[in-house]
Parts: sequence; structure tokens; C-alpha cells
Amino acid sequence: MAITDGLAPAREGGAGLDERSRYLRRLVVRGLDGGGRGHVGSSLSLIEIMRVLYDDILAYRPAEPRWPDRDRMILSKGHGCLALYAILADKGFIPLETLDTFCRRDSILGGHPEAGKVAGVEASTGALGHGLSVGLGMALALRAAKRKARVFVVMGDGEINEGSVWEAAMCAGKHGLGNLTAMIDYNKIQSAGFTRDIQDLEPLLDKWRAFGFVAAEVDGHDVGALRALLRKLPVDAGKPTAIVCHTVKGKGVAFAENDPNWHHKNKFVDGEIDRIYACLN
Amino acid sequence: MRNTCLNMVYELAKEDERIVFIGSDLSPGLLAGMKRDMPARYFMEGITEQNVVGMAAGFAMEGFIPYVNTIATFITRRCYEQVAVDLCLHDLPVRLVGNGGGVVYAPLGPTHLAIEDIAIMRALPNMTVVAVCDAEEMKRLMRASLDWPHPIYIRLAKGGDPVVSRPENGFAIGKAIAMRTARSRRPVVLMSTGVMTTNAMKAAELLEKQGIDASVVHFHTVKPLDETAVREHADNARLLVTVEEGIAIGGFGSAVTDHLVRTRGQSLPAMLRLALPDEFPKKYGSQSDHFEIYGLMPQQIAASVCKAIGKLELVA
Repeated sequence: MAITDGLAPAREGGAGLDERSRYLRRLVVRGLDGGGRGHVGSSLSLIEIMRVLYDDILAYRPAEPRWPDRDRMILSKGHGCLALYAILADKGFIPLETLDTFCRRDSILGGHPEAGKVAGVEASTGALGHGLSVGLGMALALRAAKRKARVFVVMGDGEINEGSVWEAAMCAGKHGLGNLTAMIDYNKIQSAGFTRDIQDLEPLLDKWRAFGFVAAEVDGHDVGALRALLRKLPVDAGKPTAIVCHTVKGKGVAFAENDPNWHHKNKFVDGEIDRIYACLN
Repeated sequence: MRNTCLNMVYELAKEDERIVFIGSDLSPGLLAGMKRDMPARYFMEGITEQNVVGMAAGFAMEGFIPYVNTIATFITRRCYEQVAVDLCLHDLPVRLVGNGGGVVYAPLGPTHLAIEDIAIMRALPNMTVVAVCDAEEMKRLMRASLDWPHPIYIRLAKGGDPVVSRPENGFAIGKAIAMRTARSRRPVVLMSTGVMTTNAMKAAELLEKQGIDASVVHFHTVKPLDETAVREHADNARLLVTVEEGIAIGGFGSAVTDHLVRTRGQSLPAMLRLALPDEFPKKYGSQSDHFEIYGLMPQQIAASVCKAIGKLELVA
């Protein structure tokens, strides 16, 4: 059941997050606990983006995942898949218990999401810089088929180091794809460290504008602001939209926030999962 | 062959609304009719191979059948990860049409020579790899490609290639064609793909003049390999010869060898593999210059066969 904003008080670590945002994060931790590993920070920064898309913006039918008129959402930063799995489980695309099997031998939930295995996953991602091209192909196909469905592609900030993203951006701009929205989870940290030190992306909005997008920025954890912005789409029916979402890597877990060491964990020490839960209860 | 292939895209597109053409940066006026008549299904996207392959995947996910065309090296090497992940992992019906497979672009140097295209495309799960021998066979392939449910890499030859295929032989993806039947019970068997079949046919004629009976089996489809045809012809071969315009590592001959080792490991036929060596070509000139450099002209194929048979007889 969806729990609306502001129903519960803020707690330690999860300060500023309402119960629904903390609940979805607990689902992510359920996956982390089940698999004993996962991209912690990369998933936690995505939660409000996924929440608002699936609570308020996208048209979809969990019982009919291939419904032709659904909006398409591609998580191009496939390593953030626990956030996607959490919302898909919450919405009934997959059973909640599936989260406990994350990364296990016979699970449908791998460390990167696979279409055809997981209902609601539009494209298999994991190799970075693929989603925007696939998404614009879908957007062109939907336009050719005269369907009103829209395409959303969610990318990471490190991901957009890839040249293929900018090939796709040029192409989307050229075709004026008003039915395509690119969202960037700008948590400022990639695997090797802070994006400003590894490959500075600024001026990021100007880059997207230069490639023919309408560009906007938003606090990627502000549910109301995200919802208000996404409800305005398309800002310009003749242009694709890029939304730079300012986020916090590891959001909600105080000791993991803004720490590059929490990008990915392949094991948890005793009590660590409990400490994470303590931030989110 | 290229014109035939692309004209067939247009013809098929007239009959089937699922067909989409995506090019990178090709000749001015290419498929002008399709561009004019069906602009929503004609795309020329610039030198962005990674993007066009991903874009084709997106179209295919929505039920379209994209034919993507650019130079063979660029549609294989440049966007290999997109081909692997976006097309093959999703097992989508996208057709990659590679201009100038093998050493067609000899005068342009090694950056443009698709010597390992068959090897690297063949290595990808779900990928189908086809190299027809002439423009008439290309027409038959294009019709057959329409409802093939997997990605296909289509290697194009130079163009103006002699027509050796015959309509009565038909065409089915994955089904080899016996182009020349031997009279003896233990012939030399030449297995070839692409335009090398033409050279193999000529080599067989030269061998006949020297009293050596040779059959020629044309494998327009390298993957899925017609394993039945490989076994049937190999089992009676005095000498089995594979001929291809590409490097030996991982190529058509590797496919044949892999299968025979798997199924006839204890009783392999005598084999000769004619292919390009493990090196980037060092010369320019023409495609036929390179055939000569690498021993792939008909008289050279025949001479290699004679030499191999001579060694076999010495051993016997």
C-alpha cells in the first residue's frame, strides 16, 4: 500500500525522509541482506526518483507488464537495480519475498536488471551508456506507431562519462523527441571518487541544452518538487527533456551518505545490516 | 550486392510496415525512394555506431525490424558492446549489414579491413552470421531474413561479384548448399563462405583438370552452422578444405573444426584451412591483390590442395 508523504516523523539518518521513502529503502536493504552484497549508495540515491515515477507519473499495469500503452522506464544505471526492484516489488510486479533472493544462483534478481526475467524491467542494463540510445529508439518507434506512451531513461552521473550517451543525446535532440525524458541521478560520486575529481560534468545543464534538450534541475529527494516537475512534461513538445536530479549517495543511511566507499559492498560485517535498518526504521 | 541488399530493404519495407532502415553516414541519395516515401522509417544518424545499434534495439523492442547499415569494421568493432548487450542479450531481430566484409577495402588500409568480423560476431550468443556469395543469393537471404527471430550480421562483398548461386538450390538460413557434387566416393571437399565459394568453384575446376575430384559446399550461414552438412561431407572427405576471406582465428574454418572435434574427435578427416593469418594486412592495392597475397586465388587454392594431397600420399 502506498503511504503518502509526511505521515511519520523523521528519524536518525533518515532525517527528512517520510515513512514511504524509508520503507522503500528498507526494501533495498532487504535485497542487500538477501544477497549479502549490492550497490548500496547507488540504489539509495535513486529512491525518490523511482518513487515519484511509479507513484505519480508513469502509466503501467503490474498485472500486464507488456501493456502496449505503458510508459517505458529504462534504468540505464543498472547497478542501481535494488531501487528498481524495490519499487517493482512494492507495486506488485514481483513478490516482495523475491528481494530476499537478490544475486542468488536461481534468483530472477541479478546485480544488474534483466528484461525477460523481471516483470517491469524494459531493458537489460549494466554496461553503462546504453539506455539512452535504446530509449530514443523506443521513443521513435512509439512516434512512428502513433502511440502516446512516453519513455524515461534514468542514468547515473558517472555513467554519462560514456561517449555513447552524448551520441544518443545528439540524436534525441535532432529528432525533437518530446516523448523522451532523461533523468540523471547526480549524486556526485562515482566508483573511484567524487565526479568533480574523476571527470567533472559541469556545466551539466548547459551540456544537455547544447544537445537540444530542455534541461531542468531539482532536488532528487524532494518528492513534491520532483512530482511537480515531472507533471509538467513535456515542457516543450518538440524537444526531449533532461532532468538533473541532485541527490545524495547513500541517502538515508547517515554513515553511508556521501562516502565513495559505500558505492558498492560485496560483504557486510556483523551488525552492519542492523545499523542500516536502524537509520531507516 | 550492396545495392541489391539495400534495394531489398526498400522493397520489403513496402510490403511490411515493421521494416526500418538506419544508416550512419552513407552515400548521398542512398535509398532516396525510401526516404521520400516512408520518412518515418528511414534514418541517417551520422557517425554514431554505438547509438544506432542501441536505437535499433529500441525499435526492435517495440516490434520493428531494423536493418542497420554501415562499413563492416565500424558496425562490428566500434559498437561491439552494444551489439552484444542491446541486440544479442535481448535476442532482437535487428539486421546489421556490413559493407565491405573481408579485404574489400584493401586500398583504404587496415582500419577498414573487416578481417575478424565473422570471428567476433560468431562469438556472440544468439547472433546469426551470414555471408552470401553473390547478389542473387542476397535477394534470397533478404526475403529469408524478414521473419528470422534473432539478430543477423550480414557481410557484404565488393559488388559486381560473379553470380554462381542458382535459384533451384533455394535458400534457408542455416542450411548449406552443395554447389558442386563429386563423382568419387572420397573426394576433396571444399567448404567455403561468402565470395570464396566462387574461388572454390574455380579451384575445383582446376583440380578436375589435374584428375582430382572435388566437391564444393557453400556455407552462406556461418552461424548457426549446418552441422549435418559438415559431418556428411567431412565423413567421406579425402581432404577437407575450408576457404574463407578472414582471419583463421575464430572464423568459418574454426566453426567447422570445432564441430568436427566435438563430434568426430577420434577420427578427424585430413584438413587444410585456407584463411588470413594472425596479422593486420600490410599492403594496399585491391581485394584480389590480397587474395593473391594470402593464397586465396583459385589457382593458389588448387595448388594448396595438390600440395596437401601430396603430403598425404607421402604419409600413406
